[in-house]
Amino acid sequence: MIELFGFLLSGVTVGFIYALVGIGFTVIYNSSGIINFSQGEFVMAGGMSAVFLLKAGLPLGVSFILAILITSMIGIVLYKLISFSKDSSQISLIILTLGFAIFLRGLAEVVFDKELHTMPSFIGDGSFDMYGTTLTYQSIVIMVVSILIVTFLYFFFKKTKTGQAMMAASINVDAARLMGINIKKILMINFALSAVIASIGGILLTPITSTNYEVGIMLGLKGFAAAIIGGLSNPFGAVAGGLVLGILESLIAGYISSEYKDAVAFVALLAILFFMPGGIFGNTKAQRV
Amino acid sequence: MSKISILQRYNVNKEIILLSLILAIAPFFFQNDFYYEIAIVSLLNAMICIGLNMLMGYAGQVSLGHGAFAGLGGYIAVILGSKYGISPIFSIFIAIVTMGIFAFIISKPILRLKGHYLAMATLGIGVIINIVLNVEDELTGGSDGMSVDSFRIFGYEFSDSLQWYVLCAVLLVLAIWSFSNLIDSPFGRILRSIEGSEKAANSVGINVSHYKSIVFVLSVVIATLAGSLYAFFSGFISPGEASFSHSIELVVMVVLGGLGRIYGAIIGAVILTILPQLLTSFEDYQTLIYGSIIIFVMMFMPKGIAALFADIKGKLFASDK
Repeated sequence: MIELFGFLLSGVTVGFIYALVGIGFTVIYNSSGIINFSQGEFVMAGGMSAVFLLKAGLPLGVSFILAILITSMIGIVLYKLISFSKDSSQISLIILTLGFAIFLRGLAEVVFDKELHTMPSFIGDGSFDMYGTTLTYQSIVIMVVSILIVTFLYFFFKKTKTGQAMMAASINVDAARLMGINIKKILMINFALSAVIASIGGILLTPITSTNYEVGIMLGLKGFAAAIIGGLSNPFGAVAGGLVLGILESLIAGYISSEYKDAVAFVALLAILFFMPGGIFGNTKAQRV
Repeated sequence: MSKISILQRYNVNKEIILLSLILAIAPFFFQNDFYYEIAIVSLLNAMICIGLNMLMGYAGQVSLGHGAFAGLGGYIAVILGSKYGISPIFSIFIAIVTMGIFAFIISKPILRLKGHYLAMATLGIGVIINIVLNVEDELTGGSDGMSVDSFRIFGYEFSDSLQWYVLCAVLLVLAIWSFSNLIDSPFGRILRSIEGSEKAANSVGINVSHYKSIVFVLSVVIATLAGSLYAFFSGFISPGEASFSHSIELVVMVVLGGLGRIYGAIIGAVILTILPQLLTSFEDYQTLIYGSIIIFVMMFMPKGIAALFADIKGKLFASDK
């Protein structure tokens, strides 16, 4: 029982990170219909930038903010590339974002290095004892920050003018344009926002699992699985998807086989695609954004 | 009396003759074994790309899992040979049949999906295959891979590079020839109609899912053949052959060459096999340059290099008049 509780806690911790990556996917997908295969590299860019800014001697807060800014710039660059590309068919956009992912990995190799990096936990390395199992401070930070981000997004989409415009654009681009919404600007904000969320995920995760230039591949794919499990059109579904995925992974690693841990996300992805293509909420025409 | 020549009768067109000539002349320019190695890998990649192009460019179905299918096929052939002592040619045959059945079984649920969902499902299957190959180390040697016995056909051993080159070149020409025949047949027209609109194809009585399955199986079968030949040629197989990045590489080859252009797949395969070799001198910058090239191509010539050639040809002829 204590064991189970421990697995659940670590599953939820990682699950929140998957959720953040998944939200990033849905934010871009909803506004542009593009699956951004470099989403995982945004996560890597956030984590790696933060590590190296810290190493350069900058204070924790400053390096985090700079890392997030850098990643949001990367998101805007990707948007610019997509908007300037001559062909907007699905397959060429898939490959464009895949190419961008490879480019970012290469860039990280050159600007940073190929080593594995970590950084100290934000509020110390301590932990709480909970019913015989431990909950590290960093896990708590991850949970709290993720919940804050999700709450912020909820109010952003519901209450702010920009958020409402983004939602309108995702429901019907043409109608939104006729209402005087600047679609190009909205798309750019979406790409930047998605990159910001991903980079925060990357920074939060680094003290727990370390980071290197390749870490984005798996994280991106798992984040996508989270988004699919929750229903691609709903960012809050991605949160549920991420948590389900994190917990499943942790349970399978604990009770069945740690070697097949990484396969869980993809088996779940396939199961959802084959049997419930609308996600676990079973709503194929789920409301977008 | 018909005036159809024997060439026309078997649909041997100018392009195939030109390709055969190029393949026949190429070895005169190979200075050492390294050239042969690059050429053979290019030819094998081109074979996979022909099948993948049929699936993506003609039937309009994306796959991000063909690297894994080729790799798994290669593993089956190699394991049958090393663990059960089955002769290479027969083990390749069994691998092809097994992978064909596997592809048929997964094709039905997978090909119901469209666009990004299809891409992700094939990717998911590919990653699962890769993980299994890494984990089941008693059978596959795990992440270290395993060595492969020499390749022989009915006792005739393939030991030097020229033999391999000839084998692969002949197979590629055969593949291209059957592929262009298939594309010019009613089957090819059905595929194009599916690419155009699945609903429209359905409405004129085409069993869309049946044809999509056939193309998928064909593309996996040819990938298995190339994948197992590659294992025997290199004398080694590792999960890297079945990795996500190999699958991506194959898709990029097809798109770079030109979706839906028979010879585009070959051009793409050759360029992307040679490119990393050229980039090795840039060492650390290799991945960066590789990614930049993909972005550049997708932004400025998304129809691929073959389309670019066709454009240039069109302009030249136009200026003649």
